[in-house]
Amino acid sequence: MSQTATHNANAHGHDDHGHHHKENFFTKYVFSQDHKMISKQFLITGIIMGCLGMIMSILFRLQLAWPDSSFPILETLLGSKWAPGGKLDASFYMGLVTIHGTIMVFFVLTAGLSGTFSNLLIPLQVGARDMASPFMNMLSYWFFLASSVVLTISVFIESGPASGGWTIYPPLSALPKAMPGSGAGMTLWLVAMVLFIGSALLGGINYITTVLNMRTKGMSMNRMPLTIWAFFFTAILGLLSFPVLLGGSLLLIFDRSFGTSFYLSDIFLNGEGALANSGGSPILFQHLFWFLGHPEVYIIILPALGITSEIIAVNARKPIFGYTAMVISIIGIAFLSFIVWGHHMFVTGMNPLLGLVFMVFTLIIAVPSAVKTFNYLATLWRGNIQFTPGMMFAIGLVSFFISGGLTGIFLGNAAIDIQLHDTYFVVAHFHLVMGCAAIFGMMAGIYHWYPRLYGRTMNKTLGYMHFWLTFISAYMVFFPMHFIGLAGVPRRYYQFSVLPEFGVWDDVNVLITMAAILGAAAQLLFLYNFFSSIFFGKKSEQNPWKANTLEWTAPVERIHGNWPGAIPTVYRWPYDYSHPDYEDDFVLQTVPDKGNEESIAHSQTAPVTPEKTNSPEVVHFSALLLRWLGLRNA
Amino acid sequence: MSTDSSATVSTTRTWSGGRSPFDVSYGKLMMWIFLLSDAFTFSSLLVGYGAVRFSYPAPEPLVEKIAPMSHVSHEFVDEMQHIGAFSEKHWPSPDLVFNHFPFLHGIHLPLMFVSLMTFILIFSSVTMVLAVEAGHRMDKKKVGVYMFYTILGGLAFLGCQAWEWTQFITEGATLSHNPFGPAHFAALFFMVTGFHGFHVFSGVVLNVIAYISAKNGVYEKRGHYEMIEKVGLYWHFVDLVWVFVFTFFYLI
Repeated sequence: MSQTATHNANAHGHDDHGHHHKENFFTKYVFSQDHKMISKQFLITGIIMGCLGMIMSILFRLQLAWPDSSFPILETLLGSKWAPGGKLDASFYMGLVTIHGTIMVFFVLTAGLSGTFSNLLIPLQVGARDMASPFMNMLSYWFFLASSVVLTISVFIESGPASGGWTIYPPLSALPKAMPGSGAGMTLWLVAMVLFIGSALLGGINYITTVLNMRTKGMSMNRMPLTIWAFFFTAILGLLSFPVLLGGSLLLIFDRSFGTSFYLSDIFLNGEGALANSGGSPILFQHLFWFLGHPEVYIIILPALGITSEIIAVNARKPIFGYTAMVISIIGIAFLSFIVWGHHMFVTGMNPLLGLVFMVFTLIIAVPSAVKTFNYLATLWRGNIQFTPGMMFAIGLVSFFISGGLTGIFLGNAAIDIQLHDTYFVVAHFHLVMGCAAIFGMMAGIYHWYPRLYGRTMNKTLGYMHFWLTFISAYMVFFPMHFIGLAGVPRRYYQFSVLPEFGVWDDVNVLITMAAILGAAAQLLFLYNFFSSIFFGKKSEQNPWKANTLEWTAPVERIHGNWPGAIPTVYRWPYDYSHPDYEDDFVLQTVPDKGNEESIAHSQTAPVTPEKTNSPEVVHFSALLLRWLGLRNA
Repeated sequence: MSTDSSATVSTTRTWSGGRSPFDVSYGKLMMWIFLLSDAFTFSSLLVGYGAVRFSYPAPEPLVEKIAPMSHVSHEFVDEMQHIGAFSEKHWPSPDLVFNHFPFLHGIHLPLMFVSLMTFILIFSSVTMVLAVEAGHRMDKKKVGVYMFYTILGGLAFLGCQAWEWTQFITEGATLSHNPFGPAHFAALFFMVTGFHGFHVFSGVVLNVIAYISAKNGVYEKRGHYEMIEKVGLYWHFVDLVWVFVFTFFYLI
């Protein structure tokens, strides 16, 4: 074994010269090629964009709750064009809804979540000095930053931001004169998106290559932490779906600016065709968009699920239940996500047979999702649970994934979806299952890996307050929306006071808005905690959560190259928690096998008998299940 | 690895000994992954093409209407419009649209020019393979020669495309207008062949960079010609995509 170590040191002795270079401010913080710094750049940009998206949601929630009132502060903040007399302008309302969706889906939950944690964890957890191509990694961040800047600018232009909804369906998006936001705002939206796709591709190529090619000795694919499996398939999803949006956007740009009509069918005004060119199909755009759009949902949720798998196993002090099943369900979700995009389009006049096919595949996704959910619960069950803030948020994710996922089964059925399409029921569904769940996964990751990012820990008390306020307000915001939606209230409407049949829901809208303001206030706690802990947080020890994975074997100080000496060699899977053969309740992946160890991996097949565990708290679910069924003696 | 007779990159050098599942260096893997992703971009455009095209009825069978032709008169387009071979109602037959050849005006040569273009591009792929093979033998001179031919082929293809576009545009085709049939035909033609041409252009730029580096002995000093292989992968991909573009726009 010592031979192996020596060999290792020699093998890359010439490769770890990165940390000898002297760094100045620009190479260290701005044009950094170090994956840990790039991850922080992604995170902080994501947090800033998240704040923008959140402020926008508060603005339009105010309008929905008190549609006829005026808030003089709005006129002060937004000017008399967008909030004349303190009442939000209708077209700006549409712009806010659109940009809120775009920011949250792409800039916070795609780049902010997967960009941050893929960058931080892939090299550290697979045991690599850095990404395969640090330069491309830097470019990936800069494309993302440019994209964020362009999108933010588009909010401030005279004609207003894109306002046709984040799905930018033509013809509203294809005809620059269709409405104010379809002009320059829409152009900037498309520019931002093309830059964003560039960023996603550069990042994705890097993530996949690093996972496949840069793993340390002993880190076989089936010893990778589930986070890495999730990031790996997220990157594959992004890599195969974003190009299709690129193609679709190119056609849209040509329709807007160069006189083609790929997406423009006929529009008649006073009995005459209003378009110089026609004969295209707006449905084509929907197909191209949702071929990205649906995998995008999983690009958002898979990293959050991966983060949760890791955090739940660490803090339950138990091996993850059903590692192989978890991996297979990630693969299953990734594959199925490419063949279900049509369920967003049931009302486009789709052939019912085709709708049926999309419906069946959509409902099948419930199977791998349920496998993951039950595995989380089984991992938690009888675990020696450490309720750290990270763990609280991870459990919160499981809650949202269940409550939001169940309504997905409703909406996957074409017959029900046609009834509920574009109502608040849909809004409630996707905010719970991919909005809240993914944000909670991201928060879990931030609290859990903060010591790895900044060498300090975040304040626990503030973390708990943040969790409970966010958790309660999120349910208060989105749960009532189900009922509004079932009653038929459509989404994206500026004001319902002219539609008296929806007036009975006004009080609920007030409740929702108040809860949303509470939730936003809770994020101030997080922001304070996050930024003050960078400077004043409690210094962290090297392995604060007593986790097994490789990132905790690297020193707390940030060094380029991650490990000062040789890259550690891996001898075991990452979930040897409460192993009966060891004194500690965790065994680092770098600890060699004693040779006569009992395997607690894949606990379905090799259950640990309760007598052998150190603590009676840690009993494996399968062992208990077998005992309960009478198949095994207690 | 270093004892291997063909000079490839040691796949174990850049990390500490885990095995690369595909036994390739990360750079080559990245190129493969990028090409996979790019294939999806082209697929989206070609799917768009399919969706638009099949919203029109198929070209009318013209056998009875058009006598075997050998010449193309100046009023060819008008004649075809007159007999209904070109109509906004249906997709035109590519045989009647792409029937010109430089310096041979007035002769009906259906698809001859595009066949020549295709031949040039595929032949440049052959010279690329030869360059890669020479790289494996560390034959700096031969790498240079074959890269030069490849670049020449790429430029010739781009020149042909420029001529074809010019011809098409002089006959009246634009992104929003098309004398041969539906405006979509021209819009998609410019869009997809333009996107492909952009890829060929990028490929030529990459090839030129690789050629200059090879000439300057950069790869010889590095001990391997993997960069030639990487640009070669891209070049073959561009070639493969052309086969699809060719099939969709010219053959069916």
